[in-house]
Order: sequence, then structure tokens, then C-alpha cells
Amino acid sequence: MTPFTFARATSPEDAARLAALEGHRLLGGGTNLVDLMRKGVEHPTTLVDVTALSTEIIETARGGLLIGAATRNTALAAHPLVRTRYPVLSRAILAGASAQIRNMATVAGNILQRSRCAYFNDPAASRCNKRAPGSGCDAREGFNRYHAIIGGSPACISAHPSDMCVALVALDAQVHLLGMTGARTVPLAEFYRLPGDTPQIETVMAPGEIITAIELPPLPVAARSDYRKVRDRASYAFALVSVAACASVQDGVLTELRLAFGGIAPKPWRALHAEQALLGGPVTREAVFAAMDLELAEAAPLAGNAFKLELARRTAVAVLADLTGVTA
Amino acid sequence: MAISVNGTDIPVPDDPRVSLLDLLRERAHLTGTKVGCNQGACGACTVLLDGERVLSCLTLAVQADGRSVTTIEGLGDGAALHPMQQAFIDHDGFQCGYCTPGQICAAVAMLRELQGGVPSYVTADLAGQGTVTAEEIRERMSGNLCRCGAHNGIVEAILQVAKEQAA
Repeated sequence: MTPFTFARATSPEDAARLAALEGHRLLGGGTNLVDLMRKGVEHPTTLVDVTALSTEIIETARGGLLIGAATRNTALAAHPLVRTRYPVLSRAILAGASAQIRNMATVAGNILQRSRCAYFNDPAASRCNKRAPGSGCDAREGFNRYHAIIGGSPACISAHPSDMCVALVALDAQVHLLGMTGARTVPLAEFYRLPGDTPQIETVMAPGEIITAIELPPLPVAARSDYRKVRDRASYAFALVSVAACASVQDGVLTELRLAFGGIAPKPWRALHAEQALLGGPVTREAVFAAMDLELAEAAPLAGNAFKLELARRTAVAVLADLTGVTA
Repeated sequence: MAISVNGTDIPVPDDPRVSLLDLLRERAHLTGTKVGCNQGACGACTVLLDGERVLSCLTLAVQADGRSVTTIEGLGDGAALHPMQQAFIDHDGFQCGYCTPGQICAAVAMLRELQGGVPSYVTADLAGQGTVTAEEIRERMSGNLCRCGAHNGIVEAILQVAKEQAA
């Protein structure tokens, strides 16, 4: 590990000031960053510990929730209001990593975690445009079982690894940012950039901006929501495909629907096309398959991950059938 | 600038690269905590930080400054084994023993989490309380791998301790 100095941020403003400095990186639980430093993927000159920033979860005036950036994943998943009003979020967090890692990891760190692509994580022997821009991509012709089928580019097909963020995009979460020029709010759905020609640029954050909080809007339909994750072992593995859904049915037709996917794209994938196609109709296998065909029309699967097209369709059917109580 | 390890103060290292795991093994000479993968994938390095289970390989020692660490060496009361240690012996919850300190530390904290109302991915009713079942234990202990395959004994050991605590 390259030598570095260690600092502690005492306030959000202090963290933003330090984050703007060359070579400075923010440290939450360290579950991803410390590992990347040990592997030689990341080489910060200074780590700024931000775990003393807000860990509060408070109800907003409009009836949503404001979640401090340093809140630990376990604390968010276990919060009574999250469990009752946004169960999809609890379930998604609990589907990720292990209990030890969830105890350590922060909410902002989860959002800003980096790719688990084997080639990104192997600086000694692999080419990766995200780690070393212009060097090439070994995943495209290599082991791409865990990679994106939609939203990728010739330069990068890395899939976003977070479970929590799949639920957050389904819930229309907002990211509160603070920089030297002030504060702003960005929907999580618009927070990540698709890789294009610059896979090393992963978010819309400006240099020196930090995440201070995540805001959930009031969303009654979220009380009926769920998260299902399909993976290579029953627990403690990244998603092949995951589905976050909130649904409401009246007189046999979907009146409200939020649908998002993990494991298939470089960012948590909100399925707006599928939502539009399904709203106002019944939950049947045929309807969900047709909606998913529309959603994944632009998919460009590869040798190792083409199975995800069918897996995503079928997992969507299963989750929506469970949520709405129909046999699709 | 000190970390309380099993009640003894250990100075925080000058070099921030030192992990909590290396501090425990190389500086405090507490070698019960094991180095497995050293990348957060196996759970062998699990210790309790302020009572919560964490991975000491991915925790920088400097981040534990002013906090309290309990390792396998500090779990029992003097020479007396912790009930979880005894239960692992009773149920053959190990073979080679390498993952065992991490398993036992994780199991002690896991029961506290379960009894404190923290849900898991397999908890059916998120609004309610999880129950101590083999399914819950398997899910909640999934961060601790055992390459010998002693998982059945580990689950039985934890079920025994939960039953003793409830009695």
C-alpha cells in the first residue's frame, strides 16, 4: 500500500474543503477503499475520515426521510420507519455483503463504491479503461458473467455492484451534495454517468463535492415493496440480476409501479419503459415479458452474460406476482 | 491515542497503513484473530469493535482510536470459556480451527443483533422481530466461510447458546 497521511473531517464544510485537494480521498467504513488501496488500484496521498459526519435518520417536513451520509448500512436497514415505509430498501441493504461489512459501510460509501470487475481489480495483469483510461478492456472477451448487458460501451461493461442503490432509484431518492460553491440536490437516477468513452468518470459529482445526505420522498406505494436478488450462492455474493419493485393494484390492474434492476447495467437501472408499459394493465407473465422486452431492447449481451436477459424477465415476473398476489 | 484491546490500552500506530488486524497480531501479539483473505471476503479476521462485529483486515487501526476492541482472547471470563466457545466444542463447530475465532466472535455479536431486533434478508416480517432459526443463523453468518465445511456444527452451537440465553 502506498504511504498516505490520515486526517479527520470535523464538519461537512471541512470534508468538502479537504476533498477538493489533490490526492485526497474520503474514507467511510473502508470496506471498498482500503481493499482497493491494498490491491494498488487506488493511491490516495491523504485519507479523510468522514465517519464523524451525520449518522442521523430524520423525518422530513413533507413526510420523507433524510439520511445522514455516514449512517452505517445496518442502521439504515434496521430503522423502524425504513422497515415499515420502505421495506424494499431494508431488504436490498440486507441482501448485500455480510453483516460485518454492513456494520462498517456507510450510506455514501455504498453509493460511491467502485467496480467489482475482476480486471478493474487486477492492476498487475489486466487491461481496464476505468482504472487506466485507454489501456483497453479485458472483460469484453473475458469473464463477463457479472457484467452489464445494457448501458455499457465498447470501453467498459462493468456492472454497478450496489444493492442499496437499486432500491434507492426505485424510490426516487435524492442525493444531497456540498461543494466549495454551495449545496445542490441530484436525483440518484441522474447521479451516475454511463461509461461511454470515459468509464473513469462515474458520477456527476464535481471535484471537491461530497455527499452529505440521501433524501427519500414520501411514497405510500413503497409500503408494498420488495427486493429479490439472484446470485451464484444463497448469500454474500454480488447480484447476477436483482429486482426492486413497489406496486399497487386496484381491480386487477397496476395503478402504481416502481421497477429497478441491479446486476445488469453500469448504474442502478430504473425501468421506466417497463413501468409505462405495465401501468393500467394486469400483472400477467405475457405483460411483464413484453414490458421487459421493451426495457431491454437496447441490450447488448456478451458470451458470458446473455442469460441475464431471460433471468431479468423471469425475476421481474416473480417479484411482481408476489407483490400483487396474483399467479402470473 | 490508544485502542483498548480486551481492556488493555495499545498505542495507535504512527503509520496509518497498519490495519487493525496487523495491530492485533503483530503489535499486541494476539494471534487468535486470523488472517484469511485479507480482503473482506472470508470473515476469519472478525473482531468486536465497541461490541459490533467488523472485519479487522479492512479497518485501519487509526480508525479504532479511542474505541474498544474485543478479540477471541478477550471473550471469555479469565480462564473460563465463553458459552459460545464451549458450544463450538460441544457441537464440533470446527475441523482445522482456522476460521473459528472469527466464527465465534461473529456468532456472539450475531445473537445480540438478532435479539436487538436487527432484521436479515430472510426475516419474513420486516416489521416484526426475527426468530432464532437455522435459516436465520445461516444467512446472518454468511460472512464467515469455513472451508472444512463445519457449518452444520456451527449452526447447532449457536442454536444451543440461543436456547441457553432464553432459558
